[in-house]
Amino acid sequence: MSDTQAVPAPHGLLPGRAAEAGLPAAASPRRLTLPPRLRRFISPLVLVLLWQAASMAGLIAPRTLAAPSTVLASAWELTLTGELPSHLLVSLGRVLSGLGIGVSAGVALALVAGLSRRGEEIVDAPMQMLRTLPFLALVPLFILWFGIGETPKIALVALGAAFPVYLTLFSGIRGVDPKLVEAARIFGLDRRGLIRHVILPGALPSALVGLRYALGSAWLSLVIAEQINATAGIGFLINDAREFLRTDVIVVGLLVYALLGLGADALVRLVERRALAWRPSLVKE
Amino acid sequence: MAPANNPAHNAAPLRVRNLTRRFGANTVLDGLDLDLAPGSFTALLGRSGSGKSTLLRTLAELDPVPKGARLDLPRPVAVAFQEPRLLPWKTVWQNVALGLPGREARSRAEAALEEVGLSHRVEAWPATLSGGEAQRTALARALVRSPRLLLLDEPFAALDALTRIRMHALVLELWRHHGPTTLIVTHDVDEAVLLADRVLVLENGRIAEDVAVELPRPRRHADPGFAALRRQLLGALGVALEEAA
Ligand SMILES: Nc1ncnc2c1ncn2[C@@H]1O[C@H](COP(=O)(O)OP(=O)(O)OP(=O)(O)O)[C@@H](O)[C@H]1O
Ligand SMILES: [Mg+2]
Repeated sequence: MSDTQAVPAPHGLLPGRAAEAGLPAAASPRRLTLPPRLRRFISPLVLVLLWQAASMAGLIAPRTLAAPSTVLASAWELTLTGELPSHLLVSLGRVLSGLGIGVSAGVALALVAGLSRRGEEIVDAPMQMLRTLPFLALVPLFILWFGIGETPKIALVALGAAFPVYLTLFSGIRGVDPKLVEAARIFGLDRRGLIRHVILPGALPSALVGLRYALGSAWLSLVIAEQINATAGIGFLINDAREFLRTDVIVVGLLVYALLGLGADALVRLVERRALAWRPSLVKE
Repeated sequence: MAPANNPAHNAAPLRVRNLTRRFGANTVLDGLDLDLAPGSFTALLGRSGSGKSTLLRTLAELDPVPKGARLDLPRPVAVAFQEPRLLPWKTVWQNVALGLPGREARSRAEAALEEVGLSHRVEAWPATLSGGEAQRTALARALVRSPRLLLLDEPFAALDALTRIRMHALVLELWRHHGPTTLIVTHDVDEAVLLADRVLVLENGRIAEDVAVELPRPRRHADPGFAALRRQLLGALGVALEEAA
């Protein structure tokens, strides 16, 4: 019973607040009556406007930081010339291949370590040791090993993605309630059935959190990797712009990084919402 | 004692000989012998920590059979625990159908859910069930396998009094209908006398008391003989009753 009652509570709050917010609006109709979701964007918008005003008033020099209008204009221009899309594609390609390799490796290692004692003995100790190493510090070694082409960049992204996936999936597998495993065993599930119906679904929430970390870490790795002698990609665009003091293009690059990160996060949230529909907090949404 | 309508369903009795189980220096079961007639309904009482769950786990073969013990157990076995232990990521019917082979898994699961009165919750997520509904789902999951041995470990302990009364009726009906040899662990002497044909008390690692309950069904607390049985069992559990004198 308690579950069913607890579920609507957080949502129940929202309409309540909206109603409260609606009351003064009814009293004085000229007040701002934006829905709460939109109201969140007011203060960032004000900041951007202030930034624009400061730039126009000459308080911020263009070589310190370009005005938002200039940034937008440059973004538009870079898009029209095809420069931005082509760099974007290069960066996306790096992230996707790095993620593909890193996530697969993380999942494979976590399955080996999570599902068998011997696998844990072999895999987990080295992984836990390596994990303490800040992987971005490996850049010099990677350059020595892989040169300065695409390989070290993709390898760095892969490394950044593999660890969060490994750690969360492994602990997710080990964290599955042994009582559920026991019950499923009584009801005739063999080892394969247990893994498929109990252990993996039980580990999924934790693994998806890991995937989100992996995406964050992949972007970070990409930013660092693209500082290594790149001749294409968003990082190259930024570095190139630095040479010519084009702060507007640098900001465009930063915005693209931010948007890509946001998009990736939204994607994982979507997957979570569909794959974890059974969770008490999501049920009835 | 056996259910009237399908006496042939269960042929094999349950036989346990010389079951000893230790955890370190703590001997929980000590050369325990146990016989249950096919299709009988037995309640197992005992103080907390007396080894009831340990015995049940051994009968369910969740723990390895200790050396020197001989077990003849009716199979298949099904267990319902104090917590329903439903898989939260599977819907109610998928939980019931867990491990069932073949195409009819779903229709068999739905039939079992209908028996426990949950036809309307077939597609629900376990997180949205009430305690009683979750426990009924667990019962349906146990029954859908047509077990010959049904083990219940305090299945109603977490339910409110009204729900528990309904669950008693449901369990008796399911038992009468399917006829598994049933062993229910409970703390509640009244529950034991209401449900079972035979009440055992586990003490010092053995069956210390073995009481036949010959009250006609359906039983009520007010039945003559109920109070006497209750007093006898409470006495065996070491509880003296002033009000029952
Ligand atoms: N895995 C274990 N390791 C060590 N000791 C255990 C283990 N399982 C049970 N015991 C001990 O065995 C004894 C009996 O436990 P058991 O769970 O069978 O008691 P119980 O009769 O079911 O009690 P309750 O009525 O409280 O559920 C207890 O003293 C318990 O601490
Ligand atoms: Mg117990």
